Amino acid sequence: MFASWSRVVRGALAFALAVFASQALAAGTVKFGIAGPMAFIQGEDHWAGAEMARDEINAAGGITVGGKKRKVELVKIDTNEILNVADAATALERGITRDKVDFVLGSFRSEAALAMQEVAMDYKKVFIVVGASLDQLSANVEKDYERYKYWFRISPLRSSDLVKSSFAMLGSVAGEIKKELGVPVVKVALVAEKAAWTEGFVKAASGAIPKMGMELAGVWQPSATASDVSADLTAIKGSGAHIVFTAISGPMGVALGRQMGEMRIPAIPFGINVEAQKEGFWKATDGKGNYVSTLNFYADVEITPKTLPFVQAFRKKHNRLPTYTATTYDAVHVLKMAVETAGSLDADKVVAALEKVEMVGTASLVSFDKQHDVTFAPGKTMPLGVQWQDGELVAFWPNGWNGITFKGVKPFKVPPHMKGQ
Amino acid sequence: MLASILVTGLVNGGVYALLALGFSLVFGVARIVNIAHGAFYMLAAYLIYVLLDVVGVGVAVAVPAAVLGTVLLGLLSYWIAIEPIREHEGAVLITTIALTLVFQEVLLGFFGGHFLANPSWVDGTFPLLGVDVTYQQLFTLVVVAVVLGGTWAVLERTRLGIAIRATANDRVTANLVGMNVRRVEMATLAVSAGLAGIAGAVVAPLRVVDPLMWQAPLVTILAVVVVGGLGSLKGSILGAFLIGYVEAATVFLVPSGSFIKGAVALTVMVTVLLVRPEGLFGVAFEEER
Repeated sequence: MFASWSRVVRGALAFALAVFASQALAAGTVKFGIAGPMAFIQGEDHWAGAEMARDEINAAGGITVGGKKRKVELVKIDTNEILNVADAATALERGITRDKVDFVLGSFRSEAALAMQEVAMDYKKVFIVVGASLDQLSANVEKDYERYKYWFRISPLRSSDLVKSSFAMLGSVAGEIKKELGVPVVKVALVAEKAAWTEGFVKAASGAIPKMGMELAGVWQPSATASDVSADLTAIKGSGAHIVFTAISGPMGVALGRQMGEMRIPAIPFGINVEAQKEGFWKATDGKGNYVSTLNFYADVEITPKTLPFVQAFRKKHNRLPTYTATTYDAVHVLKMAVETAGSLDADKVVAALEKVEMVGTASLVSFDKQHDVTFAPGKTMPLGVQWQDGELVAFWPNGWNGITFKGVKPFKVPPHMKGQ
Repeated sequence: MLASILVTGLVNGGVYALLALGFSLVFGVARIVNIAHGAFYMLAAYLIYVLLDVVGVGVAVAVPAAVLGTVLLGLLSYWIAIEPIREHEGAVLITTIALTLVFQEVLLGFFGGHFLANPSWVDGTFPLLGVDVTYQQLFTLVVVAVVLGGTWAVLERTRLGIAIRATANDRVTANLVGMNVRRVEMATLAVSAGLAGIAGAVVAPLRVVDPLMWQAPLVTILAVVVVGGLGSLKGSILGAFLIGYVEAATVFLVPSGSFIKGAVALTVMVTVLLVRPEGLFGVAFEEER
C-alpha cells in the first residue's frame, strides 16, 4: 500500500515540476498566436511564414525586450473558419486565455476576422490580420479608436484598395485585348461570389467599368461554395464578354478556371481568384486553367530586395510558391521591430510603435495608415498581376504602371482561342 | 437564351439524376434516408484520384476498383453502424450524418483541404442547339441512361430484383415467406453505394474534388428525391430534370442572383410538397413498384 502511495506522490511531484519548468521556460519567450484554418493551405501558409520568421529571429538570439533577449514561441490556433466561421472566435479566445499568447496573427475569412477582432479587442491583444480584406475591419479603428487600436492588417489590402488596384490592372488587360483583337469596346462580365467582402467590389466595378470605356456585359453572383459554374459560363459566353472579371476566394475559383478551359470560353478570366494564387491550381484544374489571371502578392519577381530570397527559401522548404497568408513572416518581423522600439510587451506601447513603423517586407514596404491598414500606394504596398501560362505562374503587372516595373515581369498573353472569334 | 436553358437544364438534370438514383433506391427498399450517399460519391472521387495520381494505374482499372471499393465501404458502414440500430429510423438518419462527417474528417486529415481534380474521360466540346457542351457532360447523360436501364433490368428481371421489390413492398411479409430481408437490404445498399461510386467517377471530373464536395449536391439530391417522391426511381429522374431546369432558368434569367439557385430549388420542393405531400410520384402511386 505504502509503495503505491509513494508512486502516486512521486508522479504528482514530477508532473508539478514539469508544469513549473514549462511555465518558467515559457516566461522567457514571446508568444505569437498563429490563427488560421490549419487543415487548409491558408492556415498552412500562416504557419509556414511565421515558422520561417521564428527560426531566423531565434537563430539571431531572439527579440530584445527591455534589455533581455527572448526567444519567439509560436502557438497554433486552428480557427477551422473555412468549415465553421463560429469556431474562429472560440479558438482565438482559447489561445488568449489558455495559451496566454502575447500577440495574434492570421485569420482568413472576413466573417471570421470580424468575430476574432471583437475577441482580441476585448482582451486588448494586438491582432495583425493576415488574410481577410473586409473594409469594415479597419473602418472600426477609425470609428472607435480606443477599442480597436490594437488591430492592424498587413495583408491583403482592404477590399476597396484591392478594387482600385484591380481596376488599374483591368485597364492594362483591356488594352492588351484591344491591341490583340482589334475590338473597339471591350466587354466585361463581372463574376463575384456572394460574400461580404465582394459587396463593395460589385458596386464599385458596376459603376467604374462603363466609366473606363468598357461595356458591362452582366453581373453573375454564384454561391461562394459553388463547385459548378457551367450554366453561368454558358450565359457569359452568350453575352460576348472578352474579360471575366472575378472576385472569388473559394473553390469556385478552381471550377471557373477548369470549366472555362474545358468549354473554351473565348474570354480572359482576370481579377481576384485566391485559388489561382496557389501553385496547386494548375493540378486542381487538371491543367485546364491556362491564362487564368489574378492579383497576387508573391511571384518570382523582385517587389522588394527581400522578396526573392524569401520566395526561394520558402520554395526550398515547402517545394511551392508561398501564398499571401505567408506574410505572417513580415508580421512577426514587424512586431519584433515594434516590441524592440517599445522596449516592452505592453500592448499600448507596442501599438504606438507599430503606428510609426517603416519596414522593408517581403511583399511590400510595410507602414500602417490611420485605419491601421498597410499603406496602399505605388512604391509602398501594391499587388502583382499574375497569369497562368502553360503551367507556370507568371507575373505580368506592374509593367510600367506609374513608372513602376518589378524586375522579372513577363508579357501578358491573350488566349489564342479568343483570336478566332 | 431558350436554347441555353434547354441544354443547360438537360445536362445538369443528368448529373442530378445520377446522384439521386442510389439515394432514392435505398430509401425505396430499406427506408433509410442515407445522408452518407454524398459521402460515398466523395469517397469514389478520392479513390479514383489516389489510384490515378498516387498508384499510377489507368482509368480502366481505377474506375471499377473505385466503384468496388465504394461498395465495400458502403457494406462495411452498414454492418458496423447502421444494422445494429436498424429498427430506429431516427437513429439511422443521424448515424448516416455522423458517417458523412467521419468520412469528411478522415479525408481532411489525409489530404488536407486542398482542391484536387480527376481528369475528364473525354476532352472537348460538342455544339448542341448552338450551345457548347463538354463531352464529359454528354457522357454523363449516356451513363444516366445506362444506369437507369441497368437498375430497371436488375429490379425487373432478376431474382435479386424481385426480392428487393418484395422487401420494399412489405418487409414483414417478405420475412415471413422466408426471404433473408437483412441480406436483401445489404444488397440494396451495395447497389446504392455502387451507384454513388459511378456518380463519383463520372460527375467528379466536372467538379472540384475536396473533403466538402458532398455538401453542395446533397441539398440538390434531397430536393430532387422529395420533389419526385421519396423512393420512386422515375420520380427521381423527373425531379432531377425539373430541378436542373429550374436552376438553369434562375441563372439565365437572374444572373446576379445565381447564388439563390439552390434556394429556388428548395422552394420548388416545398411548393410540390404543399400541393402533393407524397411528391410527384410518391409512395401512394408506387405501391406496385
